[in-house]
Amino acid sequence: MSFLQDIPILSILLLVPLLGFIVILCLPKHRAGWLKTAAVITTLIPLALSLWLYADYDNKHGGEGYDESAAWLQIPINKETATNADTEMVFSFQYALGLDGLSLPLLLLTGIVTAMAALAAFHVKKRWKAFFSWFLLLEFGMLGVFLARDVFLFFIFFEITLVATYFLIGIWGYYNKEKAANRFLIYNGLGSAIMLIAFVMLVNTAGFRIEETAAGAYQYIYSGSYADIAANMADPNAFVNLPAEATGGVNPFQMSDGMMWTVFILLLVAFGIKLPIFPFHTWMLKVHQEAPPSVVMIHSGVLLKMGAYGLIRFGLFLFPEQAREWAGVLAVLGVVNLLYGAILAFRQNEFKLVLAYSSISHMGIVLIGLAAFNEIGLQGAIFQLVSHGLISALLFLIVGSLYERTGTTELTELGGLARSMPFMSGVLLAAGLASLGLPGLSGFVGEFLSLLGLFESMRWVTAVAVLGIILTAVYVLRSVLKMTFGPQKETFAALKDARFIEALPMIVLLAFIVLLGCYPSALTDTVDFSVDGFMKLLLATRSGG
Amino acid sequence: MPGETIFKPLQWSDIGVMAPELVLGVWFVLLVVVELLLPKPVSRNWIGWLTLVGFAGAFVLVLLRMLDMNSGDGTEAISLLGDSYRVDDFGSLMKLLVLAGTAIVTLLGLSTVSRDRSITDKGEFFYLLLPAAIGAMMMASSGNLITLYIGLELLTITSYVLVGLRRKSSLSAEAAFKYVVTGGVSSAFILFGMSYLYGVTGSVELSAIREALPAAVGSYEALVYVGFGCMIAGFAIKVAAAPFHAWSLDVYQGSPTPIAAFLAVVSKGATFAMILRVIFSLGLFTGNGSTTGGSVKDDLFFTVLLLAAISMLAGTLAALRQKNAKRLLALSGVANAGYLLVPIGLGVTATHSNNGTELLFYLVAYLLMTMGAFAVQTVVSRSVGHDELRGFAGMYYRSPWTAIAMVMFLLSLAGLPVSAGFFGKLFILLGAANAKAYWIAAIMVLSSVISYYFYFGIIRQMFMRSSNGLIEAGQGEDSAAEQEVSSDEKPDDRPDGTIRVPLTTGIVIWFCASLTFALGIFPGLVVNILDNVFSISGDILG
Repeated sequence: MSFLQDIPILSILLLVPLLGFIVILCLPKHRAGWLKTAAVITTLIPLALSLWLYADYDNKHGGEGYDESAAWLQIPINKETATNADTEMVFSFQYALGLDGLSLPLLLLTGIVTAMAALAAFHVKKRWKAFFSWFLLLEFGMLGVFLARDVFLFFIFFEITLVATYFLIGIWGYYNKEKAANRFLIYNGLGSAIMLIAFVMLVNTAGFRIEETAAGAYQYIYSGSYADIAANMADPNAFVNLPAEATGGVNPFQMSDGMMWTVFILLLVAFGIKLPIFPFHTWMLKVHQEAPPSVVMIHSGVLLKMGAYGLIRFGLFLFPEQAREWAGVLAVLGVVNLLYGAILAFRQNEFKLVLAYSSISHMGIVLIGLAAFNEIGLQGAIFQLVSHGLISALLFLIVGSLYERTGTTELTELGGLARSMPFMSGVLLAAGLASLGLPGLSGFVGEFLSLLGLFESMRWVTAVAVLGIILTAVYVLRSVLKMTFGPQKETFAALKDARFIEALPMIVLLAFIVLLGCYPSALTDTVDFSVDGFMKLLLATRSGG
Repeated sequence: MPGETIFKPLQWSDIGVMAPELVLGVWFVLLVVVELLLPKPVSRNWIGWLTLVGFAGAFVLVLLRMLDMNSGDGTEAISLLGDSYRVDDFGSLMKLLVLAGTAIVTLLGLSTVSRDRSITDKGEFFYLLLPAAIGAMMMASSGNLITLYIGLELLTITSYVLVGLRRKSSLSAEAAFKYVVTGGVSSAFILFGMSYLYGVTGSVELSAIREALPAAVGSYEALVYVGFGCMIAGFAIKVAAAPFHAWSLDVYQGSPTPIAAFLAVVSKGATFAMILRVIFSLGLFTGNGSTTGGSVKDDLFFTVLLLAAISMLAGTLAALRQKNAKRLLALSGVANAGYLLVPIGLGVTATHSNNGTELLFYLVAYLLMTMGAFAVQTVVSRSVGHDELRGFAGMYYRSPWTAIAMVMFLLSLAGLPVSAGFFGKLFILLGAANAKAYWIAAIMVLSSVISYYFYFGIIRQMFMRSSNGLIEAGQGEDSAAEQEVSSDEKPDDRPDGTIRVPLTTGIVIWFCASLTFALGIFPGLVVNILDNVFSISGDILG
């Protein structure tokens, strides 16, 4: 219970947005300035805290994770039918938060993107109070997703982001906002429902733990705690050596091989919808097109990453055997995502759709990194998550600013913007170059590591995947150049360049992209703490079986 | 044989045990007389307030009885009148739910009945709730098929009258007629099934039937099937479980909204108590002690699960195209009946026997969210003058806080966190998974996802449409089609555009919303109480 001795820093980090939410509720609704300032300040605190945690993790903490937990709820389930009167069987839910090398970079990413999106929320022209309330609730949910270490807590936070995003898209979006919000809700609702079934199955099998109570009796606990589940999953013999009277003649670890596969595939589909993996991607196109700029920044910057995070945390870490057997499938799915996204991005005439397909394509690289199943590949996948989060947030920020001025994002109608808006066009070009993987910017490192990882295990697939990189360069340059150069329309000649308030988040995001590109070990060192442990575990099971 | 039991009449000392029911009965007679003598110009709301006092008194009496029974070791159930009436913890918990639900209905009535011109007999609305509540309480606490049936009939017959109270509305007449017919059919089925059970076991007492069942299954297996089958069908009509649910849409739509809430929550809840007492507790014994009857129990519980699955899917799928708020809530009630049937259909396994806790917790959640939703519906329909879903349009502008409370209810109904409904569904889901019934868990989750669509449809109306029922500039095709429909019938003009929420309704809304939210964060508050008080072996089988 370090929770009681130390300062519960994770809880503070998590509760700040909630506090901001309450503050916003108390402010008068017509004071747009106050509301916005309150929201920006609120988002800066988790950012500062997560930066501090990030620094602390590498230096002092030496890679040891943070954990906070408190009992939340216990429900006895076999009051009547217990085989002997002393044993009790309960479902136990924990308020458990944790942070390790996998979640920390994503937490920081959430902090950065949310703060920048709050700064960029100048496009909100109505119902500021409601907007910033939902916005902070969304941040609360996202931080919770990366912090939660109980499957049901994770699920609750996941659903909070779902509801908050629904409102943000449906009220403040563009022309077809309601349709986009609905599609978002149904697809993601389906995804989280599948996830819930998988979790319930996990808790009922792998979550099992036996505790000896003070009276000497045994308490059987079906725990939602990630630590319990992970411990049992890692050690299939967890219950072999139990005292006979403790198990009461039943083998409680009933996770058969078929069950493991079922749960793994359910998790793959659930998080695959969120990621999105190829056949499940249609919902996110609409969202990218219709959501308001700062929400789409968060959506493509963070929310999509929640899918990948869940896939790694639950799919890969809990089911390494299954994942390794399916590495080929993952690799093929990744390549399909990469090529399909790239080819369709090339065919689009609407810049937002180019970016949406580009996101699909880039998420393919994450899958490729995971499929590699070695340290480099996994590093690459996580690096790609963070890098794409920053790049896509930046791109959508620029798109929002452009749309506000030109009223269109059709490539055919834009052109020559570099003349009237040199700064924004410059940033757009830089973001585009980062997206296509120019060395020196963050996009390169993620792609390079992922492909390098896969090259070790599956050379031919890698060779095909590299085609996707070329296509990326083609579609990014095509669309960026079409917008910034070429003949300028007369109506766009008088447009003003970025204001300070718009330029600030652009500069910050670009700075992080350059930093990661030039100094990748700032991220890889942290990620290594988690990946290393996982790989050791994997090698151990490999040699064992 | 059980027939030889000596019948002990009610003693003076037993009066205290039956006090809640007796108090309500006496109070009912008094109020009938008072209402007769009350001069015409006096508002009948006074009767309403007095009814409320009666419920409060009964509530306190039940609570005291329950506390008394749980203090110390004396947790044995008290049985009266030759075990035909039993006071146990399960009964008391159900009575508390029934009384709380009926009190909420009375509160809703206080703000709607006096303004509803189609209700001619305003006094009846209130004092008829008393015998209805007595009926529901009898269903919750009897140990005998006859008293169960009498309780059921007391509840339904008063409900027939309550449904038809809006005498000047043809919808109400239609509703009352349909309810009488289907209610009659349902009672007939239940009675028919009961007669078979009596036939094969020779007793109407639940405890005696339990003892005789294993032998009866051995010799008259087919008759046991017929008996339970008819009873399940009858109960399914009462709780509006698909495919026996069609009546509920018309009845809810035609009856006064508070009465629709009463049917949806109190009447349904009491019937679930009866199902637990009859189907669940008797069903557990159909497999024991005989070589041939092992499958009867499985078949019985499987039938209940099947009914649950059909209800969940039919309720949610039919609601997708529903445009009327009350009919939508009726369909939501069908789906919820499905969720509530799951813990009953799971039966008891070695690792899982907290079905009662799951059922009762979800009933509490269901009471809160459904009552809340109906309360908001009364406010909306009074403001716009119709029951269509588009009446919710622009609620955010017209009454932001009520809109937020409604969001809470809808999230809870959809089973999304942070709400009581989420945990209610989660507990049932965990129970299903623990009993290895993954298929029903999958159907539960699937139907929840489908239900997002129409629950969020109301949210869409409230937050994304403007206040005049028309649509904000620049909407999709879906909305354009709706716009055409809404232009024929303009909603009532309101000078300032805001909705006035009557005090009593406001109390109901905020009571339900805050508890729904609180139970969404700390479900342990109620779960622990239920767990300490209630046990299947002690309360149902005792």
